[in-house]
Amino acid sequence: MKVSTMADFMARGEKPEVLFWVGCAGSFDQRAQKITKAFATILDKAGVQYAILGKEEACTGDPARRAGNEFMFQMMAYQNIQVLNGYEIKKIVTTCPHCFNTLKNEYPALGGNYDVIHHTTFLQELIEQGKIKFTDSNEWKGKSITYHDSCYLGRANEIYEAPRKVLESLEMELREMKSCKSKGLCCGAGGAQMFKEEEKGDKRINTERADEAIETKSDFVASACPFCNTMLTDGIKNRPEEVKTEVLDIAEIIAQAIQ
Amino acid sequence: MAYVASILFTAITMIAFFVFFKKLGKIGRNIHLGKPFQINDQKGKRLQNVLLLALGQRKMFRNPLVAILHLFVYVGFIIINIELLEIIIDGIAGTHRIFKPYLGTFYDFLINSFEILAFLVLVACVVFLARRNIVRIKRFISKDLEGWPKSDANAILIIEIVLMGLFLTMNAADAEANYYISSYLKPLFSNLPSSTTIAIEHTAWWLHILGIYAFMNYLPYSKHLHIILAFPNAYYAPLIPKGQMHNMPSIQNEVLYAMQPELAPTNAAAPEKFGARDVMDLSWKNLMDAYSCTECGRCSTACPANSTGKLLSPRKIMMDTRDRLEAVGKNIDANKQFIDDGKSLLHDYISVEELRACTTCNACVEECPVSISPLDIILELRRSLVMEESNAPSEWNGMFSNIENNFAPWKFAPDDRDAWTAQ
Repeated sequence: MKVSTMADFMARGEKPEVLFWVGCAGSFDQRAQKITKAFATILDKAGVQYAILGKEEACTGDPARRAGNEFMFQMMAYQNIQVLNGYEIKKIVTTCPHCFNTLKNEYPALGGNYDVIHHTTFLQELIEQGKIKFTDSNEWKGKSITYHDSCYLGRANEIYEAPRKVLESLEMELREMKSCKSKGLCCGAGGAQMFKEEEKGDKRINTERADEAIETKSDFVASACPFCNTMLTDGIKNRPEEVKTEVLDIAEIIAQAIQ
Repeated sequence: MAYVASILFTAITMIAFFVFFKKLGKIGRNIHLGKPFQINDQKGKRLQNVLLLALGQRKMFRNPLVAILHLFVYVGFIIINIELLEIIIDGIAGTHRIFKPYLGTFYDFLINSFEILAFLVLVACVVFLARRNIVRIKRFISKDLEGWPKSDANAILIIEIVLMGLFLTMNAADAEANYYISSYLKPLFSNLPSSTTIAIEHTAWWLHILGIYAFMNYLPYSKHLHIILAFPNAYYAPLIPKGQMHNMPSIQNEVLYAMQPELAPTNAAAPEKFGARDVMDLSWKNLMDAYSCTECGRCSTACPANSTGKLLSPRKIMMDTRDRLEAVGKNIDANKQFIDDGKSLLHDYISVEELRACTTCNACVEECPVSISPLDIILELRRSLVMEESNAPSEWNGMFSNIENNFAPWKFAPDDRDAWTAQ
């Protein structure tokens, strides 16, 4: 697909409405790439003028900072802020709650001030503005779905409603897990856990969360974070065939329903 | 004789308050061993938090039944203590119910209210004791509470039951008094000669007030200190999004000077310690958090690591911090200044395995009814582990070097970052 970078826009002497911050998972992880492409497709169809940084994007430093490596975080933040400020970026949308949290909450203290928005909030706005129109044959209508709150979207930034409203706009039947919203159970990936073996215990956190999702007997599980998506997919994979449900990002669901 | 009692009472009262405030002073000193951390913004919002979180106990209402029982104990505790004013004046002046002639029927209304509250406190404390020892709610039988913390919790409840019992007995034995709850106890004393009932009343009066003083002086050693510290802790609760970590300007500047050496000051100060190894490296708010902890365990129940059998328990992080801080305080009392005892919060109290299990999901922070952040302490200790000791699991070291060399936590070619656009 054709995606312009900030450098392309600059060469044309133009500025996009919004920068799409893809994130490392969205850029490199095969599963997450599908989410990235789904979201890019939506932006195209909704007529949003956007750009990516492309090769100029780098890790925000979130996993390094949470692991305790402040040096590494500050290095990455410095580089990214130089690039972002160089392009005079005003608005950023991202499909990763970890990038979202870092860009929105932690870069301002380091000189990076942007209007940062998570893709679920952005999608909700586009739907409300009528920029996203669904096909007449809405295949999602009446299907049951359970939404897994990402910690970095939910408790960390108190975004609970936007993802749910997006799903409701498709007239899906929303089922809540035993722990949801501010009581939502972590998928197990945060705090740089994604990049190491889990400490020893009785059960894996993602298995625990997958079991809660399975308990709702929903047709689908919705996520809004590439890491949660991986963790829940893996968690469900270890369960018997008959209870398996598919984990989809909210962007993927919308992309399949958009006109 | 009444003269002697007055002097004795006055002396005991003075000693009780003196010892209490002296200990509070020590706790204040210990909290100030923490690093300065300025909090003086958004005063309106902070006062609102005191009203909602501390006075209104909003977080407690995540479980309404427990919240209501806790509210009985709390309201009872505060309001019945208004009666203490009369008790203390009676004790010093040798009077009997000094306010009664001035307040008339309003006095009876007050004492009736106190009695109803006292009864509710008594009932709630019995239920709480049962939850801990008979129903054995999971968060109360955790290994975090083995030994002293478990006895502490039971002691508080038993003391409260005894104090409320004495208050009601005192009123029941008073021949001139006739109040809602204590009147049910009156038949117990109806066949006794008046000299005996007067003696019972006096004994109950003395035991009640001595019990209150003892309880007051027990507070600073107990988890029950939260009845005082919940208020300042709510006031100083962070108002930033929970996902935001505290910045480290020292490291921010080092990176800045490395990138733009022309900005570096010529008289560079010696590098300070990074992160927290011991309690003195934490902020005073972290330390006040530790003294505010009620050891209720809501944090650990919500913790994804703890509930899947990992070693980490956010409650234990807070208890360890308080234990270490008390040990450091005793060290200072004994030596006039802190003499290195070869111990530290990290390693000797909190292990690496515990810290490594945290997913930074903020569930513990969200749950805490008194605005404590165990996560803040965990992250500061992790900073010390990684930056002072280079102590990280090998996968994390790999992740760090990938970020450094490939600008992503995985080893992919940076040039492929936009490869998805071509697929």
